Amino acid sequence: MTFRSILGVQNGDQDETSGWPDFFADLNLDQVIEAITAPKQEYRLAPFFWTTLRDPEAVRYRQQVMQDLENETLLAYIKAFAEKMSVVRRYLAMVEKLYFDRHKKGWVLEAALVYVDAVTALHHNLAHAPLKAQGLLSFREWLDRYVQSQAFQSLAAESRQVKQALSELKYSVVIESNRFRVKRYEGETDYSIDVEETFARFRQGEVESYLVKFPERSGMSHVEAKILEFVARLYPEPFAALDRFCADHSHFLDETVQSFDREIQFYVAYLDFIADLKRKGLPFCYPQVSATDKEVYVRDGFDLALAHSMRYSDGAIVLNDFDLEGPERLIVVTGANQGGKTTFARMFGQLHYLASLGYPVPGREARLFLFDHIFTHFERVEDIRNLHGKLEDDLIRIYDMLSRAAPDSVFVLNEIFTSTTLRDALFLSREIVARLMDLDALGVWVTFLDELASLSEKTVSMVAAVNPQDPAVRTFKIVRKHADGLAYAFSLAQKHRLTYEQIKERIS
Amino acid sequence: MMKVFLLYPDRDVDLSGELPPNAADLIQDLALNTLFEAMAQGDRFLFEVVRRVVLSSLHEGDTISYRQEILKDCLKHPDVVRQIYNIPLEFLERKHSRWLWVSSRHSSPASILSSARELLAASLDLLRRLQQIAEEYAGAFESRGFRRFFAMIQQELCDEYLTTVERHIEALQFPRGVLLSAQVGKGNEGANYILCKPNGAGQKWLRRVFASKSYAYSLHPRDDAGARVLGELRDKGIARAANATAQAADHIESFLNVLRWELAFYLGCMNLYEQLELLGEPLTFPQSAFADERRFSCTGLYDISLALTMKQKVVGNDVAADGKELVIITGPNQGGKTTFLRSIGLAQLMLQAGMFVPAESFSANLCSGLFTHFKREEDKTMKRGQFEEELKRMSAIVDLVRPTGLILLNESFASTNEREGSEIARQIVSALLERGIRVFYVTHLYELASGFQEEESILFLRAERLPDGRRTFKVREGKPLETSYGVDLYSRIFAAEGCMVEGCS
Repeated sequence: MTFRSILGVQNGDQDETSGWPDFFADLNLDQVIEAITAPKQEYRLAPFFWTTLRDPEAVRYRQQVMQDLENETLLAYIKAFAEKMSVVRRYLAMVEKLYFDRHKKGWVLEAALVYVDAVTALHHNLAHAPLKAQGLLSFREWLDRYVQSQAFQSLAAESRQVKQALSELKYSVVIESNRFRVKRYEGETDYSIDVEETFARFRQGEVESYLVKFPERSGMSHVEAKILEFVARLYPEPFAALDRFCADHSHFLDETVQSFDREIQFYVAYLDFIADLKRKGLPFCYPQVSATDKEVYVRDGFDLALAHSMRYSDGAIVLNDFDLEGPERLIVVTGANQGGKTTFARMFGQLHYLASLGYPVPGREARLFLFDHIFTHFERVEDIRNLHGKLEDDLIRIYDMLSRAAPDSVFVLNEIFTSTTLRDALFLSREIVARLMDLDALGVWVTFLDELASLSEKTVSMVAAVNPQDPAVRTFKIVRKHADGLAYAFSLAQKHRLTYEQIKERIS
Repeated sequence: MMKVFLLYPDRDVDLSGELPPNAADLIQDLALNTLFEAMAQGDRFLFEVVRRVVLSSLHEGDTISYRQEILKDCLKHPDVVRQIYNIPLEFLERKHSRWLWVSSRHSSPASILSSARELLAASLDLLRRLQQIAEEYAGAFESRGFRRFFAMIQQELCDEYLTTVERHIEALQFPRGVLLSAQVGKGNEGANYILCKPNGAGQKWLRRVFASKSYAYSLHPRDDAGARVLGELRDKGIARAANATAQAADHIESFLNVLRWELAFYLGCMNLYEQLELLGEPLTFPQSAFADERRFSCTGLYDISLALTMKQKVVGNDVAADGKELVIITGPNQGGKTTFLRSIGLAQLMLQAGMFVPAESFSANLCSGLFTHFKREEDKTMKRGQFEEELKRMSAIVDLVRPTGLILLNESFASTNEREGSEIARQIVSALLERGIRVFYVTHLYELASGFQEEESILFLRAERLPDGRRTFKVREGKPLETSYGVDLYSRIFAAEGCMVEGCS
């Protein structure tokens, strides 16, 4: 009886070597993934983000696991398990560095105790959990057999017995300046309490504590080893039992338990990450996914990186929709500067990427496409060399993209050709749009060229909206609307106090 | 509880608190440093204390009388009070000369324990002396504060207790080694080290150690690492005792510090009292009324800072402003208006510090906060900037002032033209009055002064000028006088023109 993986990846293992996909930085996904994985360094989660799923079944397998984990009780069980497993690893890593045999064995015993506790508690907790996900159901079945196995049962019983005997020992040390003596404890009373009680009368309120905290050290000097040796001589039997235990259970960690512990964190990390945002009222949903249907939409979507960076501020995150129907493939976004166009474009890319991991996506409701690749092209500020060089660079990059792209690719293009003449920009852009249309690829294109918005039935025009009452106020809403360019000009005029009313006022 | 409680009936003085945000303005506008210096007599510590206490006004009449009673006791028994004050001083002296201080909590318990032991040892005879003073004089003091203080000393620091403390101080040297009990903890490491009292009395326990089965080990003399570890084990064991001892030392020290601190205020008052007695200036313990009453009346109220600076008696004023919300003071320059305004602020501040006040008689309601807005001389070139600066300061006051507050305005909003200044001032003052804030306003703005109609709640005062032009520095009841400069000018010019016109026709 085996259990493969809670990530359920088809086609063998994850590719752990490839590194970040190239669109990560443009979509600010590097920030997102960094924020998701940073609190979970020990699990090396990053590689799980490098491979996206194209099979809707595989996506649903993960979505189900995630949905089960949204049950807070279950999530708390998993987290408790993870914390204990982390302690086990820390203890075992420590044992490698220790010197004295009784000390090493002492820590192996501690690790075993925590491991037994972790597995037992998880087993007990899962038994009553309302699981629906296929992945979790088969893991539970596997775990049940593991816990009942002879190996695990004897590990559990023996570790407890040995520990019990050791922890009952009590001894005394008399310390003089350069000498010590170890004997059995003979019921001497606590002197600190005496001192504390006498001096309590001077108390007048809170003062600084002088209670020196001794960090839990994982080390043993020859002096402590000597004391331990004396203790073992005073009480030989419990230490002999420890020797037997270590001989019998040298490799007690199970591999399947270990990989479950690591892989489940792929889900936990994301749930932790979005918890703050959910608390702020931002919606997340499990998208419908398809590898064939390009009719995609989101309601109340948002840029996850932006929302994360604003998690402690009061600023509201503006929610946006898009909806591509029938032949529509390319959203052309125009409108006011600083109006949220780039954020919108990033959101489009992020939503598709996150959906392909089996994650819930930032939005109230969504249907998304399982792409083969995301191509992005964002203006690179630092690239301002001579104009010719830059344009050439841009074109080379776009050419490269198009030659690798397939009909199932997703494009996110942001303000390309801004540094060339309008005529050139128009010409080049038309050419590229035509190619994208031929490919039938999905995408967003942020541009200042109104003309692109109405090139074909495959393009959809969306505009960064302005507040009609006060055009200087950004709404950060991107709405489906005919591109006109006037709103932007109007808000600029107002910023410089050159609107009709303002000029009248200033001159009156 | 070992509490001093000489400034407040129920709490220690708060040394960490910030001074009120308007403190700097009060110090400058009321010339408070002159007062503080007179109280401190060159002692920088006293200066700090009186500055803080005077600027941290009380708002309960009961606490004010609590302090007044104590201060009266102090004025009656100055020698005893100075004897008590010397106890914390001597403690400090010993601390400095013997380099005593409790090692920081980042040190080892051994060093914390030994430093704390020494500090305690150095304070024991001082505590005994304090206890003896309490025995001897408790009956002679009448104030609630001193009675409680002496009773507390007699109870908490009785002889028997001090002897027990002394015994512990000796035992904590561990002349026969430190006995710890311990258990086998995680990873077979020693755990739960607990400092124990050896079984049996005297040296018998040592023999017992030898008697029962035990294993001993001596470190090699050059085994520094081993000695360090052993020291650390010892430290683990004595950590709690060290903590208790160090906290006790801290408490004693802080008790003595608070004693020094709180008495220092009364020492300052005693110093001040002696100086004004020499000048022959009157001092009186004021009557305070509740904040929501409108009380202000005094006789012989003088500017104590001025008296101290001039080192002579200065002119005092009588004011009957009970029931008044707004007092407008007008009159000639150099007529004593600012001095008068200052004397009001000083008296109010001293009243709410629990002190005597510089007057023959004085009664006023408590105010929720005292604020001064005095014309500042700086920046004469930048007229506009100065007006804005005035508004900024006023706005800062408005941020802070609350109902029953008291605001002293001195030539405020005179840095712009009179019409603007008066209008702004009128709006501000009206709003303040409506919010239950009392205002004393020294002003040249006739437009403003005359704009307020004669009402029950408004008192007009005028600095006196004798018919021959001499100033008496007395402020008396009187409506503002319009200077006829403008009219004069008008009539002069237009009269001349009139003549010419007439002449032409």
